[in-house]
Amino acid sequence: MPDCDLAKTPLRELNAMLHSLAPSTNETHWIVTNPGGKHAIACGLDAPVAIGIQGHVGYYCGGMNKQATIVVSGNAGVGVAENMMSGEVRVRGDASQAAGATGRGGLLVIEGNASARCGISMKGIDILVKGSIGPMSAFMAQAGNLVVLGDAGDALGDSIYEARLFVRGSVASLGADCVEKPMSSEDSSILNSVLKRAGMEDSVSVDEFRMFGSARRLYHFHIDNVDAY
Amino acid sequence: MCGIVGLFLKQPKLEPELGAMLSDMLVVMNDRGPDSAGFAVYGDGERGRVKLTISGTSEAALREAIAGLARAVGESLSVTLRHTHAVISLSAINEQKARRWIAARADIGLVGAGKRMELYKEVGLPERLAQQFRLAEMAGSHGIGHTRMATESAVTTRGAHPFSTGLDQCLVHNGSLSNHNGVRRVLQHEGLSFETENDTEVAAGYLSWKIREGASLKEALTQSLVDLDGFYTFVVGTESGFAVLRDPIACKPAVMAETDDYVAFGSEYRALAMLPGIDKAHIFEPAPATVYAWERG
Amino acid sequence: MTVPPHRTPPRFSSTFTQQVIAEIQRAAATGIYDIRGGGAKRALPHFDDLLFLGASISRYPLEGYREKCGTDVTLGTRFAKKPIKLKTPVTIAGMSFGALSAPAKEALGRGASAVGTSTTTGDGGMTPEERGHSSILVYQYLPSRYGMNPDDLRKADAIEIVIGQGAKPGGGGMLLGQKISPRVAKMRTLPESIDQRSACRHPDWTGPDDLEIKIEELRELTDWEKPIYVKVGASRPYYDTALAAKSGVDVLVLDGMQGGTAASQEVFIENVGLPILAAIRPAVQALQDLGLHRKLQLIVSGGIRTGADVAKALALGADAVAIGTAALIALGDNDPQLQAEYQKLGTVAGAYDDWQEGLDPAGITTQDPVLAARLDPVKAGRRLANYLSVLTLEAQTIARACGKSHLHNLEPEDLVALTIEAAAMAGVPLAGTNWIPGITK
Repeated sequence: MPDCDLAKTPLRELNAMLHSLAPSTNETHWIVTNPGGKHAIACGLDAPVAIGIQGHVGYYCGGMNKQATIVVSGNAGVGVAENMMSGEVRVRGDASQAAGATGRGGLLVIEGNASARCGISMKGIDILVKGSIGPMSAFMAQAGNLVVLGDAGDALGDSIYEARLFVRGSVASLGADCVEKPMSSEDSSILNSVLKRAGMEDSVSVDEFRMFGSARRLYHFHIDNVDAY
Repeated sequence: MCGIVGLFLKQPKLEPELGAMLSDMLVVMNDRGPDSAGFAVYGDGERGRVKLTISGTSEAALREAIAGLARAVGESLSVTLRHTHAVISLSAINEQKARRWIAARADIGLVGAGKRMELYKEVGLPERLAQQFRLAEMAGSHGIGHTRMATESAVTTRGAHPFSTGLDQCLVHNGSLSNHNGVRRVLQHEGLSFETENDTEVAAGYLSWKIREGASLKEALTQSLVDLDGFYTFVVGTESGFAVLRDPIACKPAVMAETDDYVAFGSEYRALAMLPGIDKAHIFEPAPATVYAWERG
Repeated sequence: MTVPPHRTPPRFSSTFTQQVIAEIQRAAATGIYDIRGGGAKRALPHFDDLLFLGASISRYPLEGYREKCGTDVTLGTRFAKKPIKLKTPVTIAGMSFGALSAPAKEALGRGASAVGTSTTTGDGGMTPEERGHSSILVYQYLPSRYGMNPDDLRKADAIEIVIGQGAKPGGGGMLLGQKISPRVAKMRTLPESIDQRSACRHPDWTGPDDLEIKIEELRELTDWEKPIYVKVGASRPYYDTALAAKSGVDVLVLDGMQGGTAASQEVFIENVGLPILAAIRPAVQALQDLGLHRKLQLIVSGGIRTGADVAKALALGADAVAIGTAALIALGDNDPQLQAEYQKLGTVAGAYDDWQEGLDPAGITTQDPVLAARLDPVKAGRRLANYLSVLTLEAQTIARACGKSHLHNLEPEDLVALTIEAAAMAGVPLAGTNWIPGITK
């Protein structure tokens, strides 16, 4: 089990080591200590390894992740798991702005709260937030599922193209073209599978959520939607 | 565009450490603002006295000017010299006379004034400036600091933050205001004068003006949400507390940590990572368009 | 029309021109702003208003056909482990698959590769055809992040963070439904045929202080190998250049308002930004003030058409130029042989700018498989290569005449201006005088 102390090892060295891991590597479990809020920790991984980060991380931790499982035992800065392709990033504390931004796949779990613009421009990622999310979340979301066990801030799903937004608590307000939708059995089973993958299926029930998505009124430029442009 | 730090101690026990803590925080923000840096520290105040922070071109010029000032106001001044700055403590009754005397000189300038506030700012790398001003050895109840990456106004000492907004008041800013030229014209019409083209100086002037018109700091900040456009995170220091405000879009980053001993602000978590007890602190991001204020009674 | 005697002939307004009247009528009928492709069509001060001072007695020219005049340029010498080496300082600007057809993208790659220069992806991701046919490919990283994939980032030779575009600084792009084909939709994770709106700010950072951290991430991701470019639309070039430099970029791409777009609001195209002539000197000044001129490379674009334009841009301080619209014309856009088809679309060859509609008879700005099949990527690529060679030869000819053994030795002092406007914008003297408006008395 390789151990990397970021108080001693330069970040560039850690990331270079992680990038050079072969798919069949035996070094499958890494521990990173003293992250100290540094940026771009464990970004750009592409191997089925587990990285445990003990402490708080800065911007873009786990950015563009593929395959790897990254667990931050602390808080995460701006853009955690941005543009994630696959794998899993889990934040035991809170996440800053733009968590999971533009993510295309994989699972992002925030065990605390996520602040503004969580899931902005999401393109297929699944995001589960145990706490609440801030304003302008899922702005311009295109695909994927955002599951929030707490509350959602203002302008949820503004200018959404597609994606499913499941919220258990209150929604401060909905953004342009985002509406509440009836949950079909397919939707519920998708929600259930996200809860299951995040290890939450026993703590909450699918029935406690409401679902929001695109009204599709902005799909085409039209004079009647002029307030939204 | 910049890095901001702020530290407000809830208990006296850490006061001797304030400068050291703030210095560590400021140095981490070096990358966010390599052009210039500044900080305000709220140290001891004495009844009936006021502290004027002045800056000069050299230590010799400062010493010469201070001697002249002492003769002009007719009292012996208590002075602390730090790099290009001097903090002069004098009787409050002589404040206006001293201000006029300083304003008439070209080689020195008033940086800030207050019962407790000392304000230092200069062009250069924040890391080096913290050493040159010997920030680590300062004591106090709270302080705010700033590292600057200049956007559209000049990299000068006067353009560095914090901007003093009045006695014991100062402001640091990260972001860029999009209507500062218009607001500056309104404030000039109201009789305020500005020394730089800096958008932050306009924000500082705006708050001074609102407070002068009778608003509390909290009211002034709340009204600024309507009158100031663009992106901003403000941290404001006052004699007994500090306040934080982010624009309604919360465009620029901000993170805070609160323990039984202190409240700390940083543009990034990195700036807070070395604080004592940070592992158990309540860490949160200030919400957009919400005024946060802490006071020590 | 005949005018009866003693009646004044019809008089058109200079304020309400026929074009203006037609636009008011169009706006009233549809209720939506005019969207089109291409760049600014209004008359703007441009490189045409500058002239070179060839050598004579006080200076000596190089022999035109024998003595060496270098044209190579290396981009990304500041921080990247693997800078890019180009044989000519003329590069191909970012244009998306989506805006352009797959054969057009392939042709751009073929043409650029043939002369040893780079091409650039655009919004919507990298296609295998494009990567396969481009020996040097710059991967754009845009606010929308459509089609953004870390594997493609690693496959690219350089990364260009797009902040703005000359046609619309401050605005996000669009791609109308006619061009969101099944393949484009899949690459962009969008429903088919919808009118796509792109974000104008990046989703996970704002401002130069955060940009520095974003650049650090992209460098960490690619192990500090690839040059990082930043592209801005020309509006406040002095500050934008200085801030990009402070944020740690290797290359700045500065796009003037003549720069094209696949689809934008006409009001944006014609009224926002600076012509490239006015933008180069402030950008170069910022680099000089920071001691970074020629260390952080500057690529300029927006209305580059001839080797003279290339030479003038370099003389004003650019390290390289990028072409977009001119490259499309070289591929076959607005070809007069297609006149009949342009007329069916209500326009004429030479004026066609409805690139947003996807009906391009030349098969370039379309996703219609039948139209796209009209463009032969091999032949079109050859035309582009020819054109790029001409640009290079023309620039060389001028440089030799000015006595330079490398294009980069051209200087502002080799230029004069024909108009006061151009003299002021380019910071060179009015022809026949020593007067630089705003600088000398």
